[in-house]
Amino acid sequence: MINVLFFAAIREEAGVEQVTVDKQDITVKELKEYVQETYKLSSLKQTMTAVNEEFVTDEETIGTGDTVAFIPPVSGG
Amino acid sequence: MNQHLFEVVNQPIAVDEIIKKVSRRDAGAITTFIGTVREFTKGKKTLSLEYQAYVPMAVKMLSQIGDEIQEKWPDALTAITHRIGKLDITEVAVVIAVSSPHRKTAYEANEYAIERIKQIVPIWKKEFWEDGTKWIGDQLETKEYPEGKPMKEM
Repeated sequence: MINVLFFAAIREEAGVEQVTVDKQDITVKELKEYVQETYKLSSLKQTMTAVNEEFVTDEETIGTGDTVAFIPPVSGG
Repeated sequence: MNQHLFEVVNQPIAVDEIIKKVSRRDAGAITTFIGTVREFTKGKKTLSLEYQAYVPMAVKMLSQIGDEIQEKWPDALTAITHRIGKLDITEVAVVIAVSSPHRKTAYEANEYAIERIKQIVPIWKKEFWEDGTKWIGDQLETKEYPEGKPMKEM
């Protein structure tokens, strides 16, 4: 199981703050495609990803129990 | 890095408290940056803002900015508090305090901190206008991340 967190505009699109995805050992790129399709999201291509609170690239492999956060361009400050 | 130097809170920020965190005997300068909610952006009137954060990671990234500053300016001490939730016009969204023995470092490190916040800290603002709302991204016009993540250095 992978925990997936949504924020900002993506959270509003998805309509939920977090979901669990019954997959493991897939890449960030594959998870993005799956989540985008399943929750009918507009593109996640430009969205950064954090696994267990660390930024990763789309090639990173995600394991079971990991928490994945999709991070749209930030606008704090 | 001391964890309490870097916080995300949902209550108004007391600027004095942040300054106190970096106040020390060998400092000859403390710079403070206070980010506030602006009413007009490119002619569009903002009624209020809402900030959302991925709190544990945001605190971690603020702390990382502190580490980066320590590396670049070893004699600087930094404290940053960012507020989230609903904010009205003129309210304080972020306070950055940097102390150092001499002023140049305090000025430079403080500017570095706000620039990095806008790159790597997972906090988002939603604008509430008279005619609608929008989650804001891409303030630095760096929408594309060719390496899949923000760059380490500016």
